[in-house]
Amino acid sequence: MNIHEYQAKDLLRAEGVPIPAGDVATTPEQAEAIAQRLGGMVVVKAQVHAGGRGKAGGVKLAKTPAEARLLAAKILGMQIKGLTVHKVLVTAASDIASEAYVGIILDRATRKPVFMVSRAGGIDIEEVAATTPEKILKLPIDTRFGLQAYQANELGFFLFDDIKKVRAAAKIMTQLYAAFMRNGASLAEINPLVVTPAGDVVALDAKISIDDNELDRHPELEALRDETAEEPSEVEARNAHLTFIKLEGDVGCVVNGAGLAMATMDLVKYYGGEPANFLDIGGSSNPEKVVSALRIITEDPSVKAILFNIFGGITRTDDVANGIVTATKANPLRIPLVIRLTGTNEELAMKILHDNGFTASSDMDEAVKQAVALAHGGKAA
Amino acid sequence: MSIFIDKSTTVIVQGITGRDGSFHTQQMIEYGTKIVGGVTPGKGGQTFGGSVPIFNSVHDAVRATNANTSVIYVPPMFAADAMMEAADAGIRFIVCITEGVPVLDMTRVHPFVREKGARLLGPNCPGLITPGESKVGIIPGRICAPGNIGVVSRSGTLTYEVVYQLTRAGMGQSTCVGIGGDPINGTSFIDCLAAFEKDPDTHAVAMMGEIGGSDEQEAAEFVAKHMTKPVVGFIAGQTAPPGRRMGHAGAIISGSAGTAAEKIEAFEKAGIGVARRPMDFVELLKARM
Repeated sequence: MNIHEYQAKDLLRAEGVPIPAGDVATTPEQAEAIAQRLGGMVVVKAQVHAGGRGKAGGVKLAKTPAEARLLAAKILGMQIKGLTVHKVLVTAASDIASEAYVGIILDRATRKPVFMVSRAGGIDIEEVAATTPEKILKLPIDTRFGLQAYQANELGFFLFDDIKKVRAAAKIMTQLYAAFMRNGASLAEINPLVVTPAGDVVALDAKISIDDNELDRHPELEALRDETAEEPSEVEARNAHLTFIKLEGDVGCVVNGAGLAMATMDLVKYYGGEPANFLDIGGSSNPEKVVSALRIITEDPSVKAILFNIFGGITRTDDVANGIVTATKANPLRIPLVIRLTGTNEELAMKILHDNGFTASSDMDEAVKQAVALAHGGKAA
Repeated sequence: MSIFIDKSTTVIVQGITGRDGSFHTQQMIEYGTKIVGGVTPGKGGQTFGGSVPIFNSVHDAVRATNANTSVIYVPPMFAADAMMEAADAGIRFIVCITEGVPVLDMTRVHPFVREKGARLLGPNCPGLITPGESKVGIIPGRICAPGNIGVVSRSGTLTYEVVYQLTRAGMGQSTCVGIGGDPINGTSFIDCLAAFEKDPDTHAVAMMGEIGGSDEQEAAEFVAKHMTKPVVGFIAGQTAPPGRRMGHAGAIISGSAGTAAEKIEAFEKAGIGVARRPMDFVELLKARM
């Protein structure tokens, strides 16, 4: 789960990371009031789950509260990478002497959280890693023991020469690590970590991603979820306990299991079609899940055909068949439906479908070909 | 022969009285797996199905039954503890089916289990099956048949799809292993490939990977350097957008890393036959055996 910059900063502030004062606004008037309260120059920053906000015009400097209001009015409602800006962060502006990068990611290869720090701050760290890897220090941390003081120092010395700044940076490393662990993060970064002309080390921007698997034991983090920042169909799917990702194509896919769902989408593409979505109805599919899945898919006007691909292992295919019948009785389909079912209780499922006027195949390739043809206005093979 | 489990494997079930645990325990018993005990704290002294003794702890279960393998069906927030408890009690092979285990938990579990000398499979995996001998986990037994194809996969239902097609084509399996879809898991592709290479009854390997991470690329390198047996591979997620978690926590393209194209290229370079569709496995394996 992604959270906004202002939320990430709140989590870091709670650990003691020095961050310029600021507050979040949803209206230009609120932005002006915050700027008034902060005094001096402020930065107005779009709060969306996308990188490159600055380049898109979503980050602006304001000299006066009145200017902050004008800028907030421009940024609120703006589209950045397809996402509408509903909130801005208004924060005290800092003078910058130098910028560094500090981040922690959960690394699959070492199976540990890994610190990445670089003197090349404020820019895309992936690009630095690809072109000049020697400018990055990577340090894996054993979570059983945590970040040790000598490790925090090593990270600090990689960024700065002056011992006062090294110590300040080392302290921030410890605080960042504490925030990472306490909040079940999969990524936490401060980019840039800046040194002001006065020599203070402060975090100007922050990003934290939470491991979705942590949310059950962190209701306070679940509360940070901003549903207005997400695709509405994906919010609806999550509430129905479905894993759904909207794509650009026209063949709607309903599949059980993530691997088979991806393979089904790939096969749609292989036969010349484009999948409209990823949708995993999960292992024990009760009929209600199928009903929700069909509703979400048919809400997308670009979907021209729907393909069910169910391999019944744990999933009972008769449950899925009943779900299809229930859903289409309540909301008759206006687009063609292709069903592929095989596995547990297949004969029963086929009977249920047949009795209700559906046909179904047990062959994945045939079903995919047929769905692609129907989406393109062709006839069933 | 087979890898990791056979008819002599003795299994305890952690979470045997839960909804999933009890259902799959019954399925495993019916398949012929030697289920020697179960663990549910507070239900020690009771039995499952009138014959399988239930214990309060894995330590108690191991002392009483001498089980060498454990399968875990506990809820995600208790899974880390269950894995460590099994390793601490002397279980040699731990299979964690549970989906949704926090990844940070695994950063502690993984080194702990390794230092105890145990092997962990999963979490978030369907387990494994040696057809005709034993199954530990949730892979449906009736789609498998004994034979000489080793199967290893990050997926569940996609594996069933391929195994089913192999079985229908008369190509039985030595062992089918689901390593799971999480970013940090216990047993890797390489662990399974190395075991299949050593197993005299495995003549070829079918491998199903997916987007995210670099396990498949490392596996490809291993195949090129150390495998004499033919390997055919498939990568799911060619149409997956970057930055999105495709169901499995580990199935995510980060930036430009972990794409299907990159993995397929690694397969080709290593001489692994590339199945473009799940149905291609049968012909590609036949051509190489």
